[in-house]
Amino acid sequence: MLKLVSVSTYYGAIQALKGVSIHIKKGEIVTLIGANGAGKTTTLNTISGLLHPKKGQIFFQDMEITRFSPERIVSLGISQAPEGRQIFATMSVMDNLLLGSYHRYKRKTRRQIQQDMDVIFELFPVLKERIKQKAGTLSGGEQQMLAIGRAFMSRPKILLLDEPSMGLAPLVIKEIFSKIKALRDEGATILLVEQNAKAALNIADRGYVIETGKVVFQETTEKLKENKEVQRAYLGKGYKEVWE
Amino acid sequence: MSIFTKILQYIFTGLTIGSIFAMVGLGFNIIYNATDIINFAQGEFVMIGGMVMVSLTKGMNIPMIPAFFLTIIIVAIVGILLERLAINPLSNPSIITIIIITIGASIVFKGLAMLIWGKDTFILPAFTGETPINVGGAVIIPQSIWVLGITLLVVACLAVFFEKTLLGKAMRACATNRKAASLMGINVNRMVMLSFALSAAIGAVSGVIITPISLMDYHRGTMLAIKGFAAAILGGLGSGAGAVIAGFLIGIMESMGAGFISSGYKDAIALVVLLLVLFIKPTGLMGKSELR
Ligand SMILES: Nc1ncnc2c1ncn2[C@@H]1O[C@H](COP(=O)(O)OP(=O)(O)O)[C@@H](O)[C@H]1O
Ligand SMILES: [Mg+2]
Repeated sequence: MLKLVSVSTYYGAIQALKGVSIHIKKGEIVTLIGANGAGKTTTLNTISGLLHPKKGQIFFQDMEITRFSPERIVSLGISQAPEGRQIFATMSVMDNLLLGSYHRYKRKTRRQIQQDMDVIFELFPVLKERIKQKAGTLSGGEQQMLAIGRAFMSRPKILLLDEPSMGLAPLVIKEIFSKIKALRDEGATILLVEQNAKAALNIADRGYVIETGKVVFQETTEKLKENKEVQRAYLGKGYKEVWE
Repeated sequence: MSIFTKILQYIFTGLTIGSIFAMVGLGFNIIYNATDIINFAQGEFVMIGGMVMVSLTKGMNIPMIPAFFLTIIIVAIVGILLERLAINPLSNPSIITIIIITIGASIVFKGLAMLIWGKDTFILPAFTGETPINVGGAVIIPQSIWVLGITLLVVACLAVFFEKTLLGKAMRACATNRKAASLMGINVNRMVMLSFALSAAIGAVSGVIITPISLMDYHRGTMLAIKGFAAAILGGLGSGAGAVIAGFLIGIMESMGAGFISSGYKDAIALVVLLLVLFIKPTGLMGKSELR
């Protein structure tokens, strides 16, 4: 469905991605795990068209989208809940969700949009309670729910989530990740970027590990969880524990 | 005239001219909110609005109402051209570059206006007669009522636009978080252009409504920009309601100052207000965030 072929992205002279190749199939949760600064956010922003790669190609449903604008990419069906949530803090929860549907908002689609909003409220009931509240007054977990809901409001064919666990308490992370899984079970396709490998590997089907701009492993989650290198570096198990 | 009648009179005069400061201040804010740019050419939109209206009605004999709308469209296009030709081509310009460019643009506009209209001062007829109305001993001319009414209408329309329409919300979204707005499929580039068109259109409206009272010539824009900027700063940069209230306040202070002290100091008042606010409370009356 989505395929990156040796994508290299630069910030000025600094090369942040060094030939990243990944793919996501329909209905999968694929996770991209890696340490801080590995290039996860850069990967997502390159897919979303906020950054354009110097080399390599991006395909979505067999169409090349490498140099498309962010607007076009959203309307094709790729939506991102960015790192640090980036909600519109001074606007209401409702307006945040409405803006998520911006590219398809017309008189004709209003009912559809209302229905999609109800789907979000079913998934995250707390958002419905807070519908009129300014988004900036929500708790971190609620803001993350809003960011995911807002991305979902564009009716994406694939959802890109950038570190949804960032800065959240373990219980909240658990709740949000179970909702991400629920979204997948209803047919969504998700690329989940995480530093929290443990949480990500629990719900993903497949995973990639990225280090300093390069993909170093790609496996099913079972195999990744067993991989000693991954255990040591990302699952917080020491050498000793692994060798025993 | 008793002191109270005098004060009442100054308030009427102040509210009238303050309307224009309020609208120029709003124009500053619309662009600032969408782009972080302070467009010092804002006052020129008012001048061009007045001048274009003069040409359309007097030069081309177009009836007033269609000429009004045509003026708005023409000045909005000027705003779009400014953004496309001078602002958009720069990638990541520094604040100082932007300031120089918008001041440069205002000089260019002034020069062009002088070439087109010369150095003469122009006037437009009042919308509905000149017979002053007596209110509590003070007089108010009908055009003042038009100025106030249209200003309040513009303010109300803007409020509805930004609070109720998706396009307005999208513009606000660009202001709060550009990157996230892009990720929503909002064309940020186009919103910036729209913010210039909208500010220019508001400038045009104020130019048309004020010319019957205060006349118009090619170099009227600069002082209006300074006073509108003072209104935007006093109100708190970025706050629409703040700019409107501050615009009226500065208008009233100016007319009181002119009446009670000397009309020679009239133009200094806005500057003093501007400096005082910057020293004492740079976030203004209703400002939320720190100035950058
Ligand atoms: N705006 C930027 N300008 C320059 N370098 C950047 C910028 N954003 C990220 N980088 C660099 O690119 C690399 C990858 O960053 P990023 O994709 O944000 O990593 P991650 O999301 O995995 O933490 C890092 O070395 C980072 O310092
Ligand atoms: Mg990141």
